[in-house]
Amino acid sequence: MVVEPVPDRYLDVRQLLCPLPIIRAEAAMTGMATGAVLAICATDPGLSRDLPAWCAVNGHQFLGIKIQGRELMGWVAKG
Amino acid sequence: METTKQISALGLLSGGLDSMLAVRLLQEQGIRVECVNFYTGFCIQSHTGAMRNPEPGASPPRHDALHAAQLLGIKLHMVDIAEEYVRIVTDPKHGYGSHLNPCLDCKIFMVSKAWALKEQLGFDFIFTGEVLGQRPMSQRRENLPHIEREAGVEGWLLRPLCATRIKPTEPEKRGWVDRQRLKGFSGRGRRPQMALAAQFGLHDYPSPAGGCCFLTDVNYSRKLQDLWNFRGERAYSMEDIVLLKAGRHLRPAPRFKVIVGRDETENHFLAGIHGANKGDAVRCQGRWALHAVDLPGPLLLVEGHPSEEDLTLACRLTARFGQGRRQAAVRVAIEGNGRQEVRTVVPLPADEIPAEWYL
Repeated sequence: MVVEPVPDRYLDVRQLLCPLPIIRAEAAMTGMATGAVLAICATDPGLSRDLPAWCAVNGHQFLGIKIQGRELMGWVAKG
Repeated sequence: METTKQISALGLLSGGLDSMLAVRLLQEQGIRVECVNFYTGFCIQSHTGAMRNPEPGASPPRHDALHAAQLLGIKLHMVDIAEEYVRIVTDPKHGYGSHLNPCLDCKIFMVSKAWALKEQLGFDFIFTGEVLGQRPMSQRRENLPHIEREAGVEGWLLRPLCATRIKPTEPEKRGWVDRQRLKGFSGRGRRPQMALAAQFGLHDYPSPAGGCCFLTDVNYSRKLQDLWNFRGERAYSMEDIVLLKAGRHLRPAPRFKVIVGRDETENHFLAGIHGANKGDAVRCQGRWALHAVDLPGPLLLVEGHPSEEDLTLACRLTARFGQGRRQAAVRVAIEGNGRQEVRTVVPLPADEIPAEWYL
């Protein structure tokens, strides 16, 4: 079983559509320390592809994503 | 020892093939490239895919510009301009295209926003993936200089894909960019772009057939125009424009409309929008959620100022679009504006739904 990272900040972007979950995540990262973990809870299924891409483009570390029914929870460590 | 500063450019990246090629053409010349992608609220991207049941075996939707940036190995600035964009849509100086698409004003606005970001981040110039004559409004030869002038970037907007067909820009005149290595593409054909993509080894790009803005869509524009007509003003909220993308829209009377979820995922989405506003008395005002009790069927949102009879009609529509359409009576739950009740109604026969109700 994958151990879920412990987040330093939690972001609820349920009901928001692409690209707002990523735009909100980017805003939430502002002020966080390098290595700090952001947890993102979303309903847009696109997050499963967009979150790793966003991490790759911006130098963050993608820690994983969990899909539970219609909700997705993703974790990112600030790069 | 004298060092040569690397020239840098900020591009507008839609994630489509043209903007990707523009990036590659500049990267080939050793220019450091980053891009910006603006969110207006009307970007098609994968919104419909995110709201509807997925096709069997289909991959989850994705943000094209983000994936293009990953493929190109560049940083992407994703900027939300949706609030400011309202004035571009509601009062475009240069008017609309075929539908409610204010393409010229949009381009001018985006170029000016990109320029402001370029100034903030210290890039040398800006660029786009525009192709001369590819689009009827914003890419007409006579409009290109006009866009630059109004955006306040005259001479500083490079269009690598059609550069050799238009006046040299400052980056070319200053020798930062070799004009000979840029392209002279024009028209709506895609062959030269696809050949260049193959040359660059770019294979994963979205279909050129797809538009990028809901405002160029006839059905979407009709629903937005209806919203303005019946509100008596050209205005919209972010939630309005999202709801216009979801469901089947019917307006049985000027005072109210209904939005009918078309599948389980869309029902869930509409329920989420309604549920998210339960605690917000202002936003939730004038909206009811209806669904059949104990029967599969759509979630139906009612918006406006319906009378009690109108709400009963909405209940009958809810029954009509659900599994109980052939039953003698269906129980429909109504929730919203501080009320919760169940009405038992006769499903509305299909031939009692006039075609003009559909938006």
